[in-house]
Amino acid sequence: MHNDIISVQKLTKKFGAFTAVDAISFGVQRGEIFGFLGANGAGKTTALKMLTGLLTPTSGVATVAGYDVIRYPDRVKQRIGYMSQRFSLYEDLTVRENIRLYGGIYGLPKAEIREKSAQMLSKLELKAQADTLVGSLPLGWRQKLAFTVALVHDPGVVFLDEPTSGVDPLTRRQFWDLIYEAAHQGVTLMVTTHYMDEAEYCDRVSIMVDGRIEVLDTPRQVKTQLGVQTMDEAFRVLARPQTAIS
Amino acid sequence: MNIKRLQSFFRKEFRHILRDRRTLLILFGMPLAQVLLFGFVLSNEIKNTNIAVLDQAKDAESIALTNKLVSSGYFRIAHTLESARDLEPAFRSGKVKMAFVFSPGFGHQLAHEGVAPLQIISDASDPNTATTLLQYAQAIVQDYQLALAAGQMAGRATIQVQTRMQYNPEQKAVFTFVPGVITLILMLVSAMMTSITIAREKELGTMEVLLVSPLQPLEIILGKTSPYLLLSLVSTVVVILVSMGIFGMPIRGSLLLLAMECILYTFVALSLGILISTRAKDQMTAMFMSALGLLMPTMLLSGFIFPRESMPWALQVIGMAIPATWFNPIVKGVMIKGVGLEVLWLETVVLAGMALFFLVLSLRNFKDKLE
Repeated sequence: MHNDIISVQKLTKKFGAFTAVDAISFGVQRGEIFGFLGANGAGKTTALKMLTGLLTPTSGVATVAGYDVIRYPDRVKQRIGYMSQRFSLYEDLTVRENIRLYGGIYGLPKAEIREKSAQMLSKLELKAQADTLVGSLPLGWRQKLAFTVALVHDPGVVFLDEPTSGVDPLTRRQFWDLIYEAAHQGVTLMVTTHYMDEAEYCDRVSIMVDGRIEVLDTPRQVKTQLGVQTMDEAFRVLARPQTAIS
Repeated sequence: MNIKRLQSFFRKEFRHILRDRRTLLILFGMPLAQVLLFGFVLSNEIKNTNIAVLDQAKDAESIALTNKLVSSGYFRIAHTLESARDLEPAFRSGKVKMAFVFSPGFGHQLAHEGVAPLQIISDASDPNTATTLLQYAQAIVQDYQLALAAGQMAGRATIQVQTRMQYNPEQKAVFTFVPGVITLILMLVSAMMTSITIAREKELGTMEVLLVSPLQPLEIILGKTSPYLLLSLVSTVVVILVSMGIFGMPIRGSLLLLAMECILYTFVALSLGILISTRAKDQMTAMFMSALGLLMPTMLLSGFIFPRESMPWALQVIGMAIPATWFNPIVKGVMIKGVGLEVLWLETVVLAGMALFFLVLSLRNFKDKLE
C-alpha cells in the first residue's frame, strides 16, 4: 500500500506488563476522513500519541506523511496538524495573535502568516473579532478557529482528538463542513469521537477494543457486517461491558 | 534550535505575563511591598520604644539616668509607675516593651557603696526586639557609669569597653532583610512562577499541542523560562534601587559580581521550577509544591529570618541543601562587606554545582515525562 499517507504495521505499545496497543495495522489514503473509535481505555489515545510522535512505540512500524515516526519525528511533526480534545488555543491571546503564534511555531514567513490570517478570518467570518481575546468568543467559534489554526501550515494529515466534545449539534454540523472541505482539498483527517452520528460521516471507521482493531470498514459495511442498524449499536456490540466502563 | 520559532514563543509568553494582573503583582508589587515593609516596620520599631519607669529613689542619679535613656531617642516614657504592682498590667496591656526599676536609695548606694541595682525588665514575647533593646539600654547605662566614674575618680586609669557593630553600626534591619528579600524574590519568581506557567499549559491542554509541533522540548523550556529570568532580574534591580534610595543600603562590592551571582542563583531556581512542573499536573499543585518545598525552607531555614547557628544540627544540615543558604551570604558579602570571590568562592562553587545538578535533572525529567 504505497499510496497510503498513514501506514501502520503491527504497531505496539506496552506499559510494563500492560499492552495498551496490540500490534495494530491499517492504512489511510490521502484525502480520507478516518474515524478512530473505541471506548475509553481501548488504546486509541495511545495509538494517536504514537502517530503524532508523542510516544515511542514498543515495536512495529508507522509512517505518517511519508516519514517513519520513530526515525524522523521532527519531519513528521512539521507535516501534521493536531487538535486536542481540550481547547488548544490560548484564551488570553487575540484571534490574530493565536494565528500568528502557530504560524511562527511552524516556521512560516511573516508575509505568509499575514496572508493566511486574512484568509482564515474571512473564511470564518471573524474579521470583526480579529483583535478580540479568544476567551471571549463562543465555544463553537473557538473550536472552528482551533481547527483552522491546526491547518495553518498546510499539513498533509490532521489528527483531531474528540474535536467536538461539548459543542452543540448545530455547531458540530458546521464543524464537519470544515472537515469535509479540508478533505476535499486533499488533507487527510484522522478523527476520534464519542458521537456515533459523527462516525457515520467518516469515509471509513475502525473500532478499537482492548488495544486491537476489531473492525475496519466503511460505516455501511461495518453495520451490515455486524447486522445492526446504526453505528451506535455497532459500537455497543463490540465494546464489551468491561471495557466500556472507564 | 530555531530562533524564529523561539521569537514567536517569547512574544506569546510576554503577552501572557503582561495580560495577567496577578502575575504582574507577584513580579513587581510583592517584592516592593516586602522591602518597604521589612525596611520601615523593623527600623521604626527600634526608635521611640515605649517604656515604663518605676523610680523608687527619685534622686539626682536616677533622674539623670532616666533623662539619658530618653534623650538617646530609643526610648520614650509611656508610664511613670508608682508601685511594683503596676508593672504587670503595663506589660500585659502591651503599652510598654521595657521597664526600668530604680530601687530606693539608688544614688546613695551608688555614691557610697559603688554598686547599685537597676532592674531592666523587657517584654521577651518578641525576643529579637527585646535583645536589641536590652543592648541599647545596657550601652546607655554603661556610658552613664563611665561618665560618673570619670567625674569622681579623675586621673585614675579605667578600661573603657567599647562595642561597635561592624558593617551595620546602626543595626538597620533593612540591611539584613534586603539580601533575604532578594533571595526570596528570585526563588518566588523564577521557581514558583515557572512551575505554575508550565503546569498551566499542561492543565489547559496547550502543552500537548506544543509537543506535537516542531518545537523541541528544550525550546519549549527556554521559551517558558527566559521571560521569567529577565523579569526576575528586573525585579531584583528595582528592589536594590529602592533599598539604596530609601534606606541608604550600600553596594560596597562589585556590581558585576552581584549581577552574575544573581543570574547563577536564578538558574538554580529556574531548574527547580521546571523540576516541580514535571511532577505537578496543574497550577494548584505546582503552587503548593513550590510554596512548601521552596519558599518555606528559603524563609525559615536559610538564615534569612532565623540565625542558622541557633538551629538544631539536623535543621542546619537540611539548610545546607537549600540554595538560599549559600546565596544569602554572597549577597550580604558583596553588598554590605564589599568582599569578592576570594571570600565567596565556596558559596559560588556550591551554587554552580546545584545549578548544574538541577538543570540536568529537570531536563531529563522533562523529556521522560513526554513518554
